[in-house]
Amino acid sequence: MKLVKFCLLLALMVTFVGAVNVKAQDGGEGLTIGFSQIGSESAWRTSFTDAVKAEAEARGINLLFSDAQQQQENQIAAMRAWIAQGDVDAIILAPVVESGWDDVLQEAQDAGIPVVIVDRNVDSDPSLYVTRVSSDFVHEGRLAAAWLVQATSGQCNIVELQGTVGSAAANDRMTGFKEVIALFPGMQIVASETGDFVRAQGKQVMESFLSSMDPSEICAVWAHNDDMAIGAIEAIKEAGLVPGQDILVVSVDAIPDIFDSLDAGEANATVELSPFMGGPAFDAVVATLNGEELPKWIPVAGKLYTSRAAYDADHQ
Amino acid sequence: MVEMEKQVLTPVNENKPQKATNFKWRNIFRGDNRALWTILALIIILFVDRMVSPTFFTVRMVNGRLTGSLINTLDGAAPIMLLSIGMTLVIATKGVDLSVGAVMAICAAVSAVLINRHEAGSDNILYYPGFVIAIAILVGALCGLWNGILVALFDIQPIIATLILMVAGRGIAQMITDGQSPTYTDETLAYMGQGTIFGMPFPVYVAAIALVVVYLLVRRTALGLLIESVGINAKASHYTGVNATVIKLFVYIISGICAAIAGLIVAGENTYADPHTAGLWSELDAIVAVVIGGTLLSGGRFSLVLSAMGALIIQSLRIGLYISDLHPNANLVVKAIVILLVLLLQSKEFKQAVGRLFKPVLKLRAVFK
Ligand SMILES: OC[C@@H]1O[C@@H](O)[C@H](O)[C@H]1O
Repeated sequence: MKLVKFCLLLALMVTFVGAVNVKAQDGGEGLTIGFSQIGSESAWRTSFTDAVKAEAEARGINLLFSDAQQQQENQIAAMRAWIAQGDVDAIILAPVVESGWDDVLQEAQDAGIPVVIVDRNVDSDPSLYVTRVSSDFVHEGRLAAAWLVQATSGQCNIVELQGTVGSAAANDRMTGFKEVIALFPGMQIVASETGDFVRAQGKQVMESFLSSMDPSEICAVWAHNDDMAIGAIEAIKEAGLVPGQDILVVSVDAIPDIFDSLDAGEANATVELSPFMGGPAFDAVVATLNGEELPKWIPVAGKLYTSRAAYDADHQ
Repeated sequence: MVEMEKQVLTPVNENKPQKATNFKWRNIFRGDNRALWTILALIIILFVDRMVSPTFFTVRMVNGRLTGSLINTLDGAAPIMLLSIGMTLVIATKGVDLSVGAVMAICAAVSAVLINRHEAGSDNILYYPGFVIAIAILVGALCGLWNGILVALFDIQPIIATLILMVAGRGIAQMITDGQSPTYTDETLAYMGQGTIFGMPFPVYVAAIALVVVYLLVRRTALGLLIESVGINAKASHYTGVNATVIKLFVYIISGICAAIAGLIVAGENTYADPHTAGLWSELDAIVAVVIGGTLLSGGRFSLVLSAMGALIIQSLRIGLYISDLHPNANLVVKAIVILLVLLLQSKEFKQAVGRLFKPVLKLRAVFK
């Protein structure tokens, strides 16, 4: 009898351990993953959302999508709801701003739900999340600045259109850009204001720059994303100047619309930000569920482009 | 019976909406000396803007277009002004319309999607620019009607009733554009946001005309009076035969139409309809404009002209922040503080309190005299 009991117990234990060790399918099929997205401030963000959804569908992942409409509270609320219900295998978080995530990340960890950060960064301790899949925003800023330095031989008064205040994308792009222009005493940022990554706001801010200073003193506009650059182009035209010539335009994202402007000579350069981060993020979820250790950062590369043809050549 | 009627009517009498048909210039600034403070606030802010940027008042003609910070202020204030016109009437009936930002997005989306069909070569007359504008405005009116029905017929609290469309509206706009943000090239629609007449941006004319038309509509007829009486005491005005339901439907429809036009302007400015960001948070700008203009959220007396001035205050503040060297981190806080100051400037209680603070000083001086 004892033996039978023992065997039963053993069998139970084996199944239990086995259950814990059940491997997540390679692509993540059958997993339920919560995706907390910032909102849809830019065209880039919309294609990023679409790309993640498409990737989930292709892999047979059940994606719970939550749109936070630019509010950190909404993101935290969505994550808390998933944690409370305990029905997600993992959470993917695209954070709006950098700070203020410690508590909810801790709660997820306590509940045993792995969190993968995508795109913008959080300033929490890396032990609180699995990994971050993103481009290198600092590098983007450096690339944009390097292009501008070349184009102007290191002599340029720049106006800057910043992204969302407090977001890693704005902070880091600013840092990278400044690093490079600091090497050239002739390069200066003469005005800087946030346009919140939104096209209409980019236009309004650029309009006020053009009115409050002598437009002929402005050599270039550096916009933290393409949407604001397109708004700025509109403002430059209305001020009777030629965008791309009188005032150079350089930005980040490589959304389809910017290539129209590049090809029309109204914009000069854009740094690509790949929207295809869903794949690597899901891979990271699967890997961590299978007990693998991951590096804390999985970079996604992007290049600088000055025409659609060049971009297309790289994206056959 | 007569006694009772009198009682019920007292609240109306107390607030004495003045006779609207008898036009008086000083009535333009209904709201008594609040007008003074609103105008003063605007002047102070413009003055500060001037200190921030010496060229603030400089207006130049470039390519047949007036440019300069002052023009930018007027141009950028136009959509807020439009919203605040509708919002004033709604608030005067003791209501509020939280959906205007979302209605802007819906109408912008409608216009872009329809005009895209025209641009794709469709012959359908409904996709011609003139019709597209008309349809967008009609959609705005329908949105207003929807709000009005919820508030007037189903007696749902305005804040909740219009919250529904505020939330659902962006979803509707996204469905209309299929989640995308369509751009267009049509010149008529672009003109709504970018056109100029005698160098002045077209949106400024639109806002000014809307202001005059609505002003005449409500002040040259008894409408304004009726709106105020519904706001002051809906029950009492009901007993006097005012059809509150119709009045409420009317103000929400006007608000919807104003939002539609604002949406067309914002889309035209960038020849682009973004269902996610078009008009985002605009309802707050509009409500603040109305409040700064001295119309009480508790309904009753209202002033369209002062609300429009409130819109100008908001935009001059915004532009001032853009051109200041202040770190963008500080924008929201500064904005909040300035709005608070403007409201304090208008508060009788606050001014009395300040007066009391200075009393001892005055007394002291009297003693030493
Ligand atoms: O976080 C990335 C940035 O966010 C988006 O809104 C911008 O377009 C993109 O560059």
